[in-house]
Amino acid sequence: MTIDIAVIDYGMGNLRSVSKAIEHVAPDCSVVVTSDPAEVAQAGRVVFPGQGAMRDCIREMESRGLHNAIVSAARSKPFLGICIGLQMLFTHSEEGDTRCLGLLAGDVRHFPASRMVDERGEKLKVPHMGWNEVEQGMAHPLWQGIPDRSRFYFVHSYYPDPADPAIVAGWSRYPFRFACAAARENLFAVQFHPEKSDAIGLRLLANFVAWKPQVHAAPEGGASVIV
Amino acid sequence: MGLAKRIIPCLDVTAGRVVKGVNFVELKDAGDPVEIARRYDDQGADELTFLDITATSDDRDLILHIIEDVAAQVFIPLTVGGGVRTVDDVRRLLNAGADKVSVNTAAVQNPQFVADASGRYGAQCIVVAVDAKRVAGSDPLRWEVYTHGGRKATGLDALEWGRKMQASGAGEILLTSMDRDGTRLGFDLELTAAFSAALRIPIIASGGVGSLEHLADGVTKGRADAVLAASIFHYGEYTVRQAKEFMAARGIEVRL
Repeated sequence: MTIDIAVIDYGMGNLRSVSKAIEHVAPDCSVVVTSDPAEVAQAGRVVFPGQGAMRDCIREMESRGLHNAIVSAARSKPFLGICIGLQMLFTHSEEGDTRCLGLLAGDVRHFPASRMVDERGEKLKVPHMGWNEVEQGMAHPLWQGIPDRSRFYFVHSYYPDPADPAIVAGWSRYPFRFACAAARENLFAVQFHPEKSDAIGLRLLANFVAWKPQVHAAPEGGASVIV
Repeated sequence: MGLAKRIIPCLDVTAGRVVKGVNFVELKDAGDPVEIARRYDDQGADELTFLDITATSDDRDLILHIIEDVAAQVFIPLTVGGGVRTVDDVRRLLNAGADKVSVNTAAVQNPQFVADASGRYGAQCIVVAVDAKRVAGSDPLRWEVYTHGGRKATGLDALEWGRKMQASGAGEILLTSMDRDGTRLGFDLELTAAFSAALRIPIIASGGVGSLEHLADGVTKGRADAVLAASIFHYGEYTVRQAKEFMAARGIEVRL
């Protein structure tokens, strides 16, 4: 059986929402939720979701032997990181002082208590939970048909701080501006939850399913390159 | 512009149907959960909360099927509470499609449960439901925590309990005023404001909404991060969209 889309399962919670939303926008695609590196390697597209504590996520991912399959997929085929799946792509996270995959340069930081006050002097809660605006940082096929400053659903206490501003595909504000989407070649990653963001989120997932990125770098040890 | 205040319709579910009671008793049938969930989603609900108020374990598994059905059609956050006792209950609900699980009685009986569930699945999916009732004659005002669907007093001070649950890993508090629930007199705004000031995690105000004004007050006066209501939406008095337009006109940031 060919696998059109693999949703990576590393044992950290609920992936049903992600797979159901993808099935909803791509009824003709085969979607598997898998922890098998071979299936990840075989899939046409890969979705890398995640929730829970960063250190546990990295440990569970490693223990399932998924590290190489994820890194290879992120370099070679349409790849969508969601929430912790975005954070894990960076170099390091403050959460549990954890070394991450290092595919994107930058740190993942906690919302600092000292800055969590809005312009009216109101205390802002952490986690950042709810619907916030996303300012598109670049034109990108995954934003197609999605108005700039649309609201997406967020729930997180840590945010990415990319070293290279050129990869920032979207910004949000809480209360300071932070990167909430990153993009490079075949890779797109979002801090918010498209699978929980109603029609706008489904549109982003549909755009991902239809996305045909140019890939320049070949995966390590492999020759397959998407054109 | 920033984070929007959330409007959360609440569906009390028993034996596979949505019901609505007054002061936690006198249940009236309000319809099919999947149908109602879809309607609220169409109206722009930011999130949905299902409370399983089933009295018998025979009906308990029904909520899993309901959540599965809703999650396949409605792509906004879903919270499920009622009868959640163990970390395995949390797992089963999350696997059925819930994004958050709300716990009340089990947290009081075993506070470690919240820490265990939060440690395993993350604070973002653990909501602690606090049913609070004013302590008669207290000055300064105090509230006591109730469990078992509002039938059992615990002797716990509600604010202290809220702080403890925050420390244990609760990601959010669903705060219901027992004095106001079902009365349509509005939220207990002093209770809501006290919680919002004392805690750093989001507070969902619940209990007593009878008008759109009440929803707006929950945010402007109660400082709630989200407002929850049942009957004003179930019986078609107001749509969620009307509620949001009303709140936006009051200068409250909402997702429209």
